Amino acid sequence: MALLEVRGLVKRFLGVTAVDQVDLSVEPGELVSLIGPNGSGKTTLFNCVTGYLAADGGRVLFRGRELTNAPPHRVARLGVARTFQQVSVFPRLSALDNLLVFLQQHQEERLLARLLRTPRVRRLESEAVARARRLLELVGLAAKADAAAGSLSYGQRKLLAFAGALMPDPDLLLLDEPAAAVNPTMINEMKAHILALHRQGKTVVLVEHNMDVVMDISQRVVVLDHGQKIAEGPPSAIRRDPRVIEAYFGR
Amino acid sequence: MAADGALLELREVVAGYEEVEVLRGVSLAVRTGEIVCIIGANGAGKSTLLRTVFGMVAPRAGTIRFAGDDIARRPPVDVLRRGLGYVPQGRCNFPAMSVEENLEMGAYLRRDARVRDDIEALLARFPVLGTKRRDPAGTLSGGQQQILEMAIALLLHPRLLMIDEPSLGLDPRMVEIVFDTILSINRAGTTVLMVEQNAKKALSVSHRGFVLELGRNRFEGTGRELLEDVEVRRHYLGG
Repeated sequence: MALLEVRGLVKRFLGVTAVDQVDLSVEPGELVSLIGPNGSGKTTLFNCVTGYLAADGGRVLFRGRELTNAPPHRVARLGVARTFQQVSVFPRLSALDNLLVFLQQHQEERLLARLLRTPRVRRLESEAVARARRLLELVGLAAKADAAAGSLSYGQRKLLAFAGALMPDPDLLLLDEPAAAVNPTMINEMKAHILALHRQGKTVVLVEHNMDVVMDISQRVVVLDHGQKIAEGPPSAIRRDPRVIEAYFGR
Repeated sequence: MAADGALLELREVVAGYEEVEVLRGVSLAVRTGEIVCIIGANGAGKSTLLRTVFGMVAPRAGTIRFAGDDIARRPPVDVLRRGLGYVPQGRCNFPAMSVEENLEMGAYLRRDARVRDDIEALLARFPVLGTKRRDPAGTLSGGQQQILEMAIALLLHPRLLMIDEPSLGLDPRMVEIVFDTILSINRAGTTVLMVEQNAKKALSVSHRGFVLELGRNRFEGTGRELLEDVEVRRHYLGG
């Protein structure tokens, strides 16, 4: 059974069909990239899948369960994490605390247990801090753990948000242009980490314009143009597909 | 550093925000007619450098000279009037206003009668804007918005145009168009200083490049020299 199944998804904005009858099936453990020109509907598709936008038609299934138009917090609790192109951080919280916030929405601990600071809660907290520090290390922000997130550069905030999406250890990770504004050497680290997650059995759907990333790590590439799926296949085939060259690569 | 013919010259510039020091002594020069690119790790101070030159961040030490005049601590409006344009990171100032209205806003500082002609000339020069002149700017694609922002900056006929990450978030075809646009702006006589993470592409169109590291300039060379430097490749270009 597919982990994520999108069937005939439609989303319109004021007469413009941003996502037009898109089918997308992602198997457990797959690493799939979604590419297409600016405005082809990639982010809108993510928004519909994660409950940030209500679809006008079609269905979204996660592990076979109906998820169409479920609210974002429910989608997140089921094990789906995502990043956004437009990153937002809590500017006055430290980088480390920002990561802990990402985790909070997933913790099931009861308020009373938290207030009483039961041993289990304390253990979870210290594990969370250790995990956050490892992830900060991963994205090159270890030295910024205690710095206010508002003092980070745009690119550093992007890296912080990438680390944040990994905090809850999601089963399905939807990454929206994680490499944009990131230095090429750090992009290599990011690629290596996405591959490591893939080897651990995590499922990743990546929206990205950086073809070094897409072509190097994807098992399968899905191409959108004007809201419609125009091609799908392994990177080597997509690179040569005349329709994709015409719509996306140019030249 | 040789300052001969330098249109913009920074010497030992120190700047930052509140308790955070971002630039820790940057010295660089941009000569008239050049395209110069600044690359570096995230958080190295690249965007802060542009903001400091533009007067949005006050330098704590060092000098910034533009066309021979000291512009350090000058407000942005004064820097703009002196012929220094700036396209910040992120796009589209007035998404609900039309492309044409955005250009009119860009000409806010001008009082002369030629504004209309200049706007028409830009709409003709960038057909992607001309065909969408009545459309709300927010409906333009990311790349089209980037070209609009550059066109807005060009309305003040800057001698030097500073652009922060022109390729950010653009699809591969639009990246080509935006870099071609930068080349054409440069050939038409505008000196360009840009910050880019698409470093290989940016260096390939730049006359010279600087690598910023932890708020200091670490390497300097022609675009080709930096592209071929083993250490620069490993640490800043992804190998």
